[in-house]
Amino acid sequence: MVGAFLLTVFAVVPWLIHVSGRWDFYYTLTSVALLSIASGGVWLTFYIGRINIGQGAFALAGGYVSAILITKYGFPFWLTLPLSGLFCAALAVLIGLPILRLRGVYFAMITLVLTEVARLSALALPITNGARGISSIPLPGELSIFGLTLIPAFSTLGNVKLAFYYLATVLMVVSFAGLYRLVNSRVGHLCRSLQQNEELASSFGVNIAALRIIAFAISSFLGGIAGSIFVAISQSIYPASFPVNDSINFMLNCFLGGLGYVFGPMLGTLIIYFGWDLLFTTGQYQLLIYSTILILLIVFLPNGILSLPVFNRRGAGQ
Amino acid sequence: MEQIIANGLYLGAQYALIALGLTLIFALMNVLNFAHGQMYVIGGFVTYTVYAQIGMPFIVGVLASGATLAVVGALVQKFLFGPVIRKSMREESTMLLAAGIAFFLDAVILLLFGEKQRGVPKIVNGIFNYNDFTIVMPYDRILVGALAILAIAAFILYMQYSKTGRAMRALAQDKVAAQLMGVNVEHYSIIGFALGAMLAGVVGGLLVTITGINLGMGGPTSIKAFMMVMIGGAGVISGAIAGGFILGMLESIGLSVLASYGDITYLVIFASLMVFLAIRPQGLMGKPWG
Repeated sequence: MVGAFLLTVFAVVPWLIHVSGRWDFYYTLTSVALLSIASGGVWLTFYIGRINIGQGAFALAGGYVSAILITKYGFPFWLTLPLSGLFCAALAVLIGLPILRLRGVYFAMITLVLTEVARLSALALPITNGARGISSIPLPGELSIFGLTLIPAFSTLGNVKLAFYYLATVLMVVSFAGLYRLVNSRVGHLCRSLQQNEELASSFGVNIAALRIIAFAISSFLGGIAGSIFVAISQSIYPASFPVNDSINFMLNCFLGGLGYVFGPMLGTLIIYFGWDLLFTTGQYQLLIYSTILILLIVFLPNGILSLPVFNRRGAGQ
Repeated sequence: MEQIIANGLYLGAQYALIALGLTLIFALMNVLNFAHGQMYVIGGFVTYTVYAQIGMPFIVGVLASGATLAVVGALVQKFLFGPVIRKSMREESTMLLAAGIAFFLDAVILLLFGEKQRGVPKIVNGIFNYNDFTIVMPYDRILVGALAILAIAAFILYMQYSKTGRAMRALAQDKVAAQLMGVNVEHYSIIGFALGAMLAGVVGGLLVTITGINLGMGGPTSIKAFMMVMIGGAGVISGAIAGGFILGMLESIGLSVLASYGDITYLVIFASLMVFLAIRPQGLMGKPWG
């Protein structure tokens, strides 16, 4: 199962694209991989029983950290990638300490507001260059250890799209493997106890405050690195790069795949992104058809696509 | 100074009316209505059509907005939220549904009314000038503000003294107990949703005369409504009114005091809201964990 998936992602898909000559699919699939990393983060906050509509804020923050470090301080991209993730994780701890005390719709609303705060901050702060944003960011350079080239500079590669595709999918696989490991560890079981009843978990001696901060920080870390790769691909960032709609879409991705399944966000992102693209041919009715399908899915499959019996014979990643 | 307070009161009256609808829906069904802003936009477009295009009196337009949205709200509750609430394993599903409906209404608005900014002719001409330019306010703003306050008063009286209002308050307080006393939950959920949507439509109809209306106003309106509800406390009527007036005041003060620092009014309001919620998570008047 896992082997087949890895083979598809790393070999079959590039081969198919190579044969069919549809190079634009690399960009689409790279976006899907990055969006599913960010959605995976959102999923983790769902796992501790919080509705997170603030991932756009962290993706934006991660993107700006990466962009500013590269353009103003001359950092290499490969260093800014973890740094932007860590910055977002630190930010999440700072913001999370007060707001993770909120629950239910209160937390949902405050995280939604957070997305808006991020956009307005990017507009107002001097370092982010206001509405004009930061553009013409150089492509990722060479990554080498002791003179040994691990990853060549992207600008010297013949096919930049393929390079970004591999970068995004490798990160996606690593992130979801990490999430899977986390969920099936002791900490993961404790997180599930938070989802069901925080007071009860606390009375057993579970440190709920620390757990939810950790989960929120990991979630934001994923949002941050996704944002910073997006910046590397588009070579620019603006305050409107990750609007409120993106935050809502991250949440929809998780829901659609199924909140009870680690790999739900991946499937949800793939379906939502491709569904939206396929409907492009319907022109002005695109949004209407898309939202109708979405509503029907929610009404008839309220527990996500992975809750269909087809997927549950051998427990799909449960 | 007087001018700032007058502006704040006028804004606050509109905002309170938006927040009332949102908080009513939340109190009855524990649903966070993401589509509230879109309902407001539809209200604006209906009034635009009736008043500016067909040429009927303004008040007919506002009533038509209210009626249209009441029907939309009732249908949404009957065929979408009702079944999902009954079937879903997790309460978060309703939030996803609300987001889906917000997209859907956006699509409907786009198809029916297009994406252009629309405005209507002034309903009353002239400017009210009190005490030699201490307070300057166009008459149409005063009229719209007064109508909003009238609507709030009517809503409170309805909730307080009618049988329907009593039933809905009982449901908000304790669903099971209300059911045991013979309150038909489904029936009153539909009425409540229709009423909440209607309030959004009425504000849309009122404000189209001042700010005009366009497709993109839905999302920001929803976010403002969420903020008001958070300030006052979710699901509490007095809280929604307080939240509306506080946000209106803050916006009015911010726009004049912080003007020299650029467009940071909302950034400051957001930041202070987060600090406020850290100290008092349930808002001014809310129950803990709503």
